[in-house]
Amino acid sequence: MYKYDEYDQQMVDTRVAEFRDQVRRRISGELTEDQFKPLRLQNGLYLQLHAYMLRVAVPYGTLNSVQMRLLGDIADKYDRGYGHFTTRQNIQYNWIKLDETPDILAELATVEMHAIQTSGNCIRNISSDQFAGAAADEVIDPRPYAEMLRQWSSFHPEFLVLPRKFKICVIASEKDRAAMRLHDIGIKMIRNDAGEIGAQFYAGGGMGRTPMIAPMIRDFVPLDQLITFAEACLRVYNRYGRRDNKYKARIKILVHELGRDEYVRQVEEEFAHLLTQPIEPPMAELERIMAHFANPAFETGAADDLDLSDPDFRLWVERNTTAHKQAGYIIATISLKPVGGIPGDATADQIRLMADLGRDYSFDELRVTHSQNIVLPHVKKADLYTVWKALDEAGIGTANIDTVGDIIACPGLDYCSLANARSIPLAQKISQRFGSAEKQAEIGELKLKISGCINACGHHHAGHIGILGVDKKGVENYQLSFGGSEGADTSLAKITGPGFDEDGVVDAVEKATQVYLANKQGEERFLDTYRRIGMDPFKEAIYG
Amino acid sequence: MVEVQFRFRDDEAVNDAAVTVDAFVAEDFAQTNATAVRIEPGDDARALLPQLDRLALIEVNFPAWTDGRGYSSARLLREAGYTGEMRAVGDVVIDMLGHLQRCGFDAFAPDKALNPDDAKNAFARWDNVYQATVVDGRQAIWAKRHPA
Repeated sequence: MYKYDEYDQQMVDTRVAEFRDQVRRRISGELTEDQFKPLRLQNGLYLQLHAYMLRVAVPYGTLNSVQMRLLGDIADKYDRGYGHFTTRQNIQYNWIKLDETPDILAELATVEMHAIQTSGNCIRNISSDQFAGAAADEVIDPRPYAEMLRQWSSFHPEFLVLPRKFKICVIASEKDRAAMRLHDIGIKMIRNDAGEIGAQFYAGGGMGRTPMIAPMIRDFVPLDQLITFAEACLRVYNRYGRRDNKYKARIKILVHELGRDEYVRQVEEEFAHLLTQPIEPPMAELERIMAHFANPAFETGAADDLDLSDPDFRLWVERNTTAHKQAGYIIATISLKPVGGIPGDATADQIRLMADLGRDYSFDELRVTHSQNIVLPHVKKADLYTVWKALDEAGIGTANIDTVGDIIACPGLDYCSLANARSIPLAQKISQRFGSAEKQAEIGELKLKISGCINACGHHHAGHIGILGVDKKGVENYQLSFGGSEGADTSLAKITGPGFDEDGVVDAVEKATQVYLANKQGEERFLDTYRRIGMDPFKEAIYG
Repeated sequence: MVEVQFRFRDDEAVNDAAVTVDAFVAEDFAQTNATAVRIEPGDDARALLPQLDRLALIEVNFPAWTDGRGYSSARLLREAGYTGEMRAVGDVVIDMLGHLQRCGFDAFAPDKALNPDDAKNAFARWDNVYQATVVDGRQAIWAKRHPA
């Protein structure tokens, strides 16, 4: 994985000094809270309901074991002994003290980490496929391009105060595991007919209160124009994105209001101009970065079979592992969704254990997924049982990836100052209702996502089942929707009808799964059955 | 008139009254002899391009520093070859000074005078930068990594 050179290190060190100075000016009163707010947000520091929350960047979701270990140590030292992995592949701490944040950042900088642009109206942490560099189906490892974009977007002077936040995702597989088309810019690395690698650009996707699927805006950007094209996309947005209403300020509204073709025309015009400016890093820089992402030293001829005689292990292998590109190896996903647990939370001890397993059994690499789980990308099959045993003993050996138990949920009203309803207790109830392994196996793949407000941090629009918490005259109310998907077949979920209270929505979810099981044909997933039979049979069961 | 607090130019200060972009470009640039213009966030800075040579001062107004359109305005005018004074006026804050400079601003007239020590630190904050903005004359980190 990528390793900082002296320049990268100097950039994060300088940021620590800058932020320390900003905190000093805030505490001395030189900066008012109103003036300080946009500055702290550019550094991932939010003021939540009960305390400050600090969001630490995990660029394209990739970590080494030393970094992961420090995340655990920070949870102990500065928080309450746990951290929360997010849908943006980051980690956040919910009980932070303002005067300690510069020290946290200084500690993070010692392991090449930071909180730069994890919030605010700027280009956020770049996200990617959690299986990058390991997946059997990828065209190329997308992370070198994500790293190029990380450097380009860090403190880009023209794009620090955009109309609204800006999220970029880079993938390189046909199967989209990162909800690429639900980003402000989605980039898919492809190989063209001539065999050259290039970038396919999508723009104007997003969730929030107006969910939209990004249209393609260019089918092939050559690698030596990648940064220049991104710059053109951003400049058009910075100049013409709406600033009169924060709810209409994302690029999706600009693309929608101009129309895809007019946005493309403006970008191409700006692109033609920017090509005359020497702003593109040389290919040698891309090659330098790519060298950091060379394959680890896989053992050739490693045994390709697994002893599945332990039935619990067998279930976990079925649910939580994915084919690796290297024979004898496997990708293991650690579920941070134990039955009745808080989705995405891990204790400091669990974080340190995962760090050790990454070091000992996965070539020192771990990944954070947008479904709030952790991946060990390169596990030798012969080691897999040992790994699972250790996870299981620590309470994170749950076999439920992509099932109804693997719920995505935002922090909701338990923490968030924007939320209208609680997400966590509902996720816990659903997780318990469907807690039995048999029930989960019977239902199979079912992606359930919960947001505690219309901002959709819990990705409810993209859930096979999506739940949105709203405030109805002071009472929490949950709207149910079906049919969303974030994969190659991206679609947005549709609302079923009137909302429910907390217990009511759990019952409705259960009824929906019964309709699915009664109508399921062959190997159909919940989503497939829903798409085939439509909303009516579900509505009838839920409201009838 | 608000005072220029920081200026990084050797030439004589320009104090011509700035006209609006609309007034400057009206009727094919025939209505005014102005040599200074003020760009508001919603203006299209490219409208000035046909008569850029006439201008000695471009003020870019920031009614609120969180509206970042002025950064693009300044940078694209520099990219088009403008060499006169580019002055940031309005809500100009300490923490953005270095970034404004990188987009081509060389004069700063904040509504409220800034603490000179903090400002000095802010201008000098970043020894290195990741991007080539061209207009700031600085070499990007990638260029230092791969000297020609």
